[in-house]
Order: sequence, then structure tokens, then C-alpha cells
Amino acid sequence: MQLRPILSSLRHHKLTAFLLILQTAFTCAIVINALPMIAYRIERTSTPSGVDEDCLSLAYVSGIQKNVNQQAQHATDLDALRRIPGVESVAVIGSGMPFKGGENSYGICPSASAMQEAMSAQSFDKTDCQHPDVYNGSPGFLQVMGLHLVQGSDFAEGDYSTGDVPTAILTRSLAAKLYPGESALGKTMFQGKTQIRVIGIIDDVLRPMLRDAGQDHLVMLWPQLPDDTGSTYLLRSAPGDRERILNEAYQRTFAAVRHKYFQRDVTMISLLIASGLGLLFVTALGITGLANFWVQQRRRTIGIRRAIGATRGNILRYFQAENFLIVSFGIVLGILLAFALNLTLMNFYELPRLPLYYLPMGAVMLWLLGQLAVLGPALRAAAVPPVVATRSV
Amino acid sequence: MFRYYLGLGLHSLRRNPALTVLMVVLIGAGVASSMITFAALRALTADPLPQKSAQLFGPQIDNWGPANRSEDGEPPRALSYNDALALLNAHKALRQTAIYQMTLSLVPSDAKRAPFTVKGYAATEAMFAMFDVTFIDGGGWGAEDDAKGGSSVVLSRRLSQKLFGGVNSLGRSVSLGGHDYRVAGVMGDWNPQPRFYAEGSINIVSDVGDPPDFFVPFVTAVNFQLNDSWGESCVSDYKGVGWNDLLRSECVWISFWVQLPTLADVQQYKFFLDGYAAEQGRIGRFQWAPNNRLRSLLQWLDYVHAVPEETRISFLLAIGLQLVCLVNTVGLLLAKFMRRRGEIGVRRALGASRRAIYVQFLIEAGMVGVAGGLLGLLLTALGVFGMGSFFDARVARLVHIDVSLLGLTLLTSIVATVIAALYPTWRAAQVQPAWQLKSN
Repeated sequence: MQLRPILSSLRHHKLTAFLLILQTAFTCAIVINALPMIAYRIERTSTPSGVDEDCLSLAYVSGIQKNVNQQAQHATDLDALRRIPGVESVAVIGSGMPFKGGENSYGICPSASAMQEAMSAQSFDKTDCQHPDVYNGSPGFLQVMGLHLVQGSDFAEGDYSTGDVPTAILTRSLAAKLYPGESALGKTMFQGKTQIRVIGIIDDVLRPMLRDAGQDHLVMLWPQLPDDTGSTYLLRSAPGDRERILNEAYQRTFAAVRHKYFQRDVTMISLLIASGLGLLFVTALGITGLANFWVQQRRRTIGIRRAIGATRGNILRYFQAENFLIVSFGIVLGILLAFALNLTLMNFYELPRLPLYYLPMGAVMLWLLGQLAVLGPALRAAAVPPVVATRSV
Repeated sequence: MFRYYLGLGLHSLRRNPALTVLMVVLIGAGVASSMITFAALRALTADPLPQKSAQLFGPQIDNWGPANRSEDGEPPRALSYNDALALLNAHKALRQTAIYQMTLSLVPSDAKRAPFTVKGYAATEAMFAMFDVTFIDGGGWGAEDDAKGGSSVVLSRRLSQKLFGGVNSLGRSVSLGGHDYRVAGVMGDWNPQPRFYAEGSINIVSDVGDPPDFFVPFVTAVNFQLNDSWGESCVSDYKGVGWNDLLRSECVWISFWVQLPTLADVQQYKFFLDGYAAEQGRIGRFQWAPNNRLRSLLQWLDYVHAVPEETRISFLLAIGLQLVCLVNTVGLLLAKFMRRRGEIGVRRALGASRRAIYVQFLIEAGMVGVAGGLLGLLLTALGVFGMGSFFDARVARLVHIDVSLLGLTLLTSIVATVIAALYPTWRAAQVQPAWQLKSN
């Protein structure tokens, strides 16, 4: 297929061609910028929490009175909840839980020297100390949550108290951060003046609130009994039993907690997808509209070409190639625009730099769209009979 | 003449219905998408207290120091109990109030009804005047309760309705969080959005929409040790236990607002804050230079990102969509007008001036604009009503259609179409009659 005749014919329709290029470029720039946002949010919303989400439900009880014996109240409540048929196990948990939001973190250091260093610098930055979130609960809360112990042992019944804790269990990620290259098991950690011994390692579990990838699983478990006025009970049951149990305990499933945490991300995903599809659709409409107009305008020329020997395929491919050319110009301009847009957005929002592999994705999308949009008009052009050439208008 | 052009335009639009419908749809969809997102943005960026916001300021005091400061060097967003008390007692502003939020259990006096949780705030009396709270019954609790910690409560209209059927609630007793309060007033439909006044309320979407259920005196709340277990944030090595430790600590959990009517007052208050921080340095509490902020209400909203990011991004996307629709319309109009070179040539040859051609084609474009605008109105209305399924339902409740939105929709589509038509019309007016008459 020769490009020269196409180019010279486009030169006669400079402005219309330019408008098509501009439109393709805008769409290309926006779609390329929207794709990574969609991908990022989809990835975010599907982050595994590390707990047995399908089996868990929560029941909140807000205390009416201060100064009641919380521990006795918990025992009574736990007993009542265990009696609901289908409930496999129950525990009271503290304020930390995946997707709960907020923060329940404590500074902790792997050694006394690191603690000294952090104290004198008045900062944990640039030391070996970490700021993990703490999950705590009543005896057995590890099993209720469904956390997998990979090393060491669970807390003993006698470890649990409402005060400072002598022992802790770390996630793999936290253990690797605190004690790189060695086993954390049996090590003594320092939290202010308290010393805490590591007695177990579990598979990673998510913090209450998502942060950067490297920070998402820094969690330690404490055998500390919750002692606040309000209590959160975590119930474990077979997935199918949850609805019925919730009706008896008046609360919600873990899936609902997850859904609420990610609601805004889901809104954003649907907004981005809807406007992206809208843009592509509008662009396709524009391409079809103008291509139709061109075909009508060039009926006579097409007729002449057919009369002097061009096949239907030639005509079809002519329009397809023309579209390919225009869209390609649009894509080149669009990629430049996409970078400009990305830089502007980076100034206002916390967005990463545009990953390069989205450029070919956007380009392919627009090429396909262009070919699809021009197919109808091109087929109509190919159907123009040669006899048109002999008729005067 | 105008009617003649209308007729001509209508005739031309009817001759090619597919193209006309396409243009109308493009304009309607483009305008509707930007209007829907604009309505959402407008609802969320609206000034919560337009008549007062310029006078309201939120002081921030750096009681954590460089070691615990966030990366941007900003002081904590709330105050510690000590600082809040000091600012309250200093009386350096026209009015000042300390506020914090809480969730309490309410036990109805009728024993047959189950207790339920209510959300409200502890604040000082001055708040009602500062934030222009309206009352349908009674009023604030008066200076005495503020000073001595009296058990008064101000209820929302909704809660008063729920508890007492809305009649004669003044002076009646309400059991909140284990204590009995006397109802001093019932608020009217006061509900500034977003809930700027208390830290922790603002970014919680669930707090958008419903008014707060109650207000109790600040001193009373502190005496009764009322708090949300998660409300305070502390420096990382805080080891305190219990309420008295919390009051003495550097943990921050109290929002503070001052009313400063003039620029001079603002300057003076800044001066006062720096003096206060310096004084704290002298007594050895702060080992760093004063690092205070005094943000006006609107600056504060901007600082805490009160507007959800997705609202802004969706508005930008919608503008992009409208731009593409517009470029599309320019192309289609150009194609449409240029096909009628012959007709233009004849009209020009018969004596029509360039100006007449301009008017004729702009009127034709305007008709497309009006039709697109009407479609846009319909789509905007559908979009706003259907917003609940898209945005969070509570955010959607803030968004509403009014005359200005409808007018803007219509205006935008007509102006956009006429702008899109400018170049094609200019090209049409440039047609040389002689060339058109010669050929064919």
C-alpha cells in the first residue's frame, strides 16, 4: 500500500485530519493516564489480608457504664456468643485489625544499642527500630483470626494480662526487618524500658491501614487483654453460617468491613472505567462520522479508481490505511500529551511516574478502535460501483 | 430574518438526521458528564459557613517537636488537653471553643426500648455563637455549666424527635454514657458540611450528611472521662494509662477554633500563640522553636484534604471528555457546512452578505446547542439522581440540582456549540460565490 496518495489527499483536508488527530491524541493521553490508576486501585482492593476473611464476622458492644469489670463482662459475652450454633470460636480483640483503618502502632527496637541510638537521636528514622501495628486479643485470638504460625509457639494461657507484655509474635516481614539475616525467635526486643521476647513467627497479615508496599505487613501480636469500655468480638464460623449467626449477634461480616474500607477505591475504579469507555466511544463516533462524510464526498473519485482497475480490496485498504495513519499521528501526539498530563497531575496528587509499558497498551487500544470505527465507512466506500464515474453529479 | 434562518437551519438538520443526532448526543453527553461531576465538586467544596468562615481560625501548636513531626514539618492537627485549656483560659480571641467528638450509648428512659449509640461532641458554649447554630427550642447551656461542668445537653432535632416525639423536650433528662443530662436546647437544621469543626470527623465519609446528635459541655465531658478510645494520637513512646495520664500527656485529641473578626486580631493572635510556645520553651516543656499555625477555615479544609480525591479527578476526567466531544463537534460541523458550499455560493451570489452567512450558520449551530443542552439537562438530572449508586450514598445526598445548575448546563452546551461552530462558520463565510457557480 502506498502512503503517498493518502498523504496528498489528506493535505486537502488538513483541518479535518488535524481535528481527528487532536481528538485521538486527547483520548490517548487520558486513557494512558487512567490505565495505571485503574490497575493500581484494582491491585489495592484485592490485597489479601492474611486472615480468614470468609469465616469471620464482628460484633461490637459499646459499654454503657465506665468502671465495670471488663474482664468479667468479656467472659460472659464470650460464653453467650459461643452458644450460638455454628460459631466455631470467638475472641475479644483489641483496636487493631486489618481494614479497620487508623493506627495502633508502637516503636520497637531489636537491641538495646538501637534503642539508645533512637533515644539520643529523638527519632526512629535511620535506626534499626520499627513502628509496627499491634494486634491483641483474648486467649486463642490467633486461631480465631486464622493466623498461621510458621515458627515457635502460640502464647500460653498464663501470658495474657491487661498490662505490659513479656512476649510477642511477629509477622515474617517484621522479623526480617528487625533481624535481617538471622532468626528472630528467642530474641529480646526493646520498647522503651520494657523488654519483650519473641516467641513465634506468623505468616504476613495486613496492618489496619494500607501504606507503602514495604510497610504493609509490619505487625506484632501481643497477649494483651482488651480493657476498653467498648469491645469488639471476632466470631469464626463456616462461611454459609455467617448470615444466620449475624442475625443472632446483630453484626457484620468481615467482607463488609473490607468492602467499606475500599469503597472509595471501588468508586474511583468505576468512575475511571466509565469515563475511559465514554471517551473511547465518543472518539469512535467521531471517526465514523467523519469517515462517512469523506466517503460520501469522494464517491466520484472512488468510482473513477474502481473504473480504472482498483479492486474493492484496494479501496477498503485505502481507507483503513488512511485511518491508521491519522490515528498513528494522534498516538504520537497523545503520548507527548500523556507525559505532560502525568507531570501536571504529579504536582497535585500523589501519583507515581507513568510506567512506560502503558504506552504501547494505549497505542494498540486506539489503533484497534480506529480500525473498528472506520470499518463501516470503508466497506461502504468499497461498495461504490465503478459506474459512478460516468455519471455527472 | 431570524425565523427564516431558523427554518433554514431546521431544514438542513433534518436533511442529515444521523449526523444531527450524533452531534446532539455528543454535546449532551459531554455537558452532562462535566455538570454531574461539577455538582459533586461544588457540593463538597462549598463553604460550610459562608457568612462566618472568614472569621474562623484553627490554631495548631507544635507540642511534639522535630522528632515526632511529620515529613512536611507541620505541627499536629489537634491540641493536647493542656494547650486547649491554656488557650481557652487566655481569652485572647473574641470567642474560642475546644471541641472533640465522641460516641456514647444512650439508654432511653422507657426500659422497653433498646439502648443505641449516638455521635456528638463536647464543646464550650461559645461554639453555638461561633458556628451560628440555630435552635428550635431553648439554647446553649450558659456560662455556669461551662465553668462548673453542669450536666446539660443540646440535642439534634432528630434525636429529640426520637426520644420525646419532638414535644416539650426542654428540661427533660437524657441518659448518655452512664450519666444523666438535662436538655438545654434543641438544634434546628444546623449542619455545616463538611464537619470541619472536629479533627477526625472530616475525612470520615460516614459523617457526611447527618447532623451531630448532641453537644455536651467540654468541662463536663472531661470530668466524666468521655472519649472515643481511638480519638487521640500520641507520640510513639507514650506509655500512659488511663484518663489522668491522658490529660497530662502530649497526646493530641482536641480541636480548637477561635473567632477573629479583623486582620489585626489575626496578627495579634499569631503573636500570642508564638509567645505561648516560647513560654512553654522557657519552662522546659518545648525544646524547639515555636512552630505554630493559624489557618482560616477554608485554608484548613484545603490542608486536611476535605474534598475526596476522586471527586476532583472525576471532574478533570469529565472536562477531558467534554473537550474531546467538542473537538468532535468541530469536525462534524465543518464537514456539514463545507458540504453546502454550493448553497452558500448561490446565497452569496443572490446578495447575502458574509454577515448573513455567519448569522445563518451560527443560528444553525445554536439550534444543535439547544438540543444538546436539553439532552444534557436530562442526563444531568438522571446522573445526579443516580449518584448514590456511584459515589458514596452519603456524599450523593449532599449533591442536588438547582436552577443555577440547570441554567449552567444549558448555557455551557450552547456556548460550547457556538464556539465549536466559529471556525466552520468562518470557513463557510469565506466561500467564493464565483467558484461555486462555475463548477458543475
